[in-house]
Amino acid sequence: MKIEKIKTELLIIGGGTAGCYAALTASENADVKILICEKANIERSGCLAAGVNALNAYITEGRTPQDYVDYAKKDAAGIVRDDLLYTMSERLNKVTKRLEELGLVILKDENGRYAARGNRNIKINGENIKPLLAAAVEKLPNVMVLNRVNVIDFSVRDNKINGAFAIGIENDTFYVIEAAAVIVATGGAAGLYKPNNPGFSRHKMWYPPFNTGAGYAMGIKHGAEMTTFEMRFIALRCKDTIAPTGTLAQGAGAKQINSLGEVYETKYGLTTSERVYGTVTENIEGRGPCYLKTKGISPETEESLLKAYLNMAPSQAIKWIESGKKLSEQNVEIEGTEPYIVGGHTASGYWVDTNRATTINGLFAAGDVAGGCPQKYVTGALAEGEIAALSAVKYIAENAADTIDESEINSHISEIKKFTGENHSRFSTERLEEAMQTVMDSYAGGIKTNYRFNEKQLDIADYKIRQLEKLSENLHAEDLQELMYIYELRERLTVCRSVIAHLKARQETRWHSFAENLDYPEKDEKNWNKYVNSRLENGEVKIILRELTKEGQRTYEHSN
Amino acid sequence: MSIAIDKSKCVGCGRCHEVCPGTLIKIGGDKKAYIKYPKDCWGCTSCIKECPVYAISFYLGADIGGMGSMVHTEKKDSLLCWIIDHPDGVKTEIDIDPKESNKY
Repeated sequence: MKIEKIKTELLIIGGGTAGCYAALTASENADVKILICEKANIERSGCLAAGVNALNAYITEGRTPQDYVDYAKKDAAGIVRDDLLYTMSERLNKVTKRLEELGLVILKDENGRYAARGNRNIKINGENIKPLLAAAVEKLPNVMVLNRVNVIDFSVRDNKINGAFAIGIENDTFYVIEAAAVIVATGGAAGLYKPNNPGFSRHKMWYPPFNTGAGYAMGIKHGAEMTTFEMRFIALRCKDTIAPTGTLAQGAGAKQINSLGEVYETKYGLTTSERVYGTVTENIEGRGPCYLKTKGISPETEESLLKAYLNMAPSQAIKWIESGKKLSEQNVEIEGTEPYIVGGHTASGYWVDTNRATTINGLFAAGDVAGGCPQKYVTGALAEGEIAALSAVKYIAENAADTIDESEINSHISEIKKFTGENHSRFSTERLEEAMQTVMDSYAGGIKTNYRFNEKQLDIADYKIRQLEKLSENLHAEDLQELMYIYELRERLTVCRSVIAHLKARQETRWHSFAENLDYPEKDEKNWNKYVNSRLENGEVKIILRELTKEGQRTYEHSN
Repeated sequence: MSIAIDKSKCVGCGRCHEVCPGTLIKIGGDKKAYIKYPKDCWGCTSCIKECPVYAISFYLGADIGGMGSMVHTEKKDSLLCWIIDHPDGVKTEIDIDPKESNKY
């Protein structure tokens, strides 16, 4: 394995939505050397690979950023950071404009204004949204992109980040990257829980299966404070294809009905978690399966919907076509996905200040890895990329870069040698991944238990995940891709332990389904209007409870 | 779901290999692309849209209700055309204008 040392000023880990926009912002606002490390290829990587057909976070005419804050706060039952939501919300329209300038097609009304879908959404043709963003990044003179390079660890000394270590997936190179500041934008974590269809279609999931929680895991290992990992995200999706339901529900006005034809959504409430919970409960009580009622929609609507799905989730369009029945002749069955940890939809992730600085000096977080700020969607991730970039650039101007110790380099190389050399394991990485997903499914509130859990189960989950962590130390890789899979599994196991600790810590049920604790089935506003945060200390997840931000609070600084 | 690459059409340009977000597509000794990890496909269809000779199709696994149709896209003037080849030989074509936004 070749060793390559790179010196840069700003390292961006992950060239997805937030990472690309951070590069654009930093490049335009300062004369700094920027390096993007991307596990795939920024052209089609991250959440936008398949495309999207709406921008779900936009301040429509007559609305204000504060309205968006209020909406997101209500949806998360109060466990959000007001300052983070506000600073994101006030940028949503600006970043949208920028996307349009980059070439994104946005639907306009007869007056030339963006056509709204409800109060917060606008409609687009987003099939090529990622290639547009990537092309803009590739034009920047001071940005270097390393595609197919997987970052495996940060370099942190005295709680200050000095860069990162990475391994080529297609070239046999170990990268030592020194940087004055780092933005982590790796996305959230999929693949912790057993998926809806664990066989051939195991990766037909809502969130990118290649987002393995690397950013979370690296931060956790170095003692970064994390928040709200107990607020898992479960998406309500079209059954089997796991395609979006919003286009049918908000776009075409299709209602959630049970197998008796009764509209049940109003019975359980309309927040994101309540919609999932209602569907689960209808099934438990014998009124399943549940559907979105599309029977009887007009031929024009039907055709438009088919095209909309081809642009973002073609498998659902194909499913309709293959079934031989039109969308207007059959309702669309829906189900909840397995749980994910994703800060773009819930509040899980790095504990950051208003500038998106994490608790590790020089490390900033944006997009799905950043916590406290749910309902980001695409535009919110762009907005956070912008904020993090501006903060990182300022930090670079004020702080001198340090070097990485040789000893740290050597310890990583010997670890890699162990995985690719003498290690022997009775189990493959794939088998251990399945074992992890089974543990989480059975004991930490997966699909199997209708997302519910109790403390005893969580204790078993923790015990078993630790066992798997131990087993993972002996895994063997035949090639670079298998080596990446070992690191990914170990990242997921690290995240699992934090999720379990957080689920156990919040002794209430703040959100149905997302964190349904059977030992504490009620919401407890008196004791639990708090953030559940954590930090790894001596190998144990230490829980830290913090007070919620005040209504209208605009800034938050790290303390102790 | 996963993809199938028609070796007789593949010209070995490597575009699919370049764009796959999961690093799942490799170029074999015969200079043709193949999918090394079919179960790991997310179904994003990036490779299908990028293939210049329309050699890649996708299909739904039987575990999620697939009936055996193969799907690919072709560029027709300025339109993106989705072509669904059903197992009984019937073909469905749907044209999408990339300049036209989703209406829902």
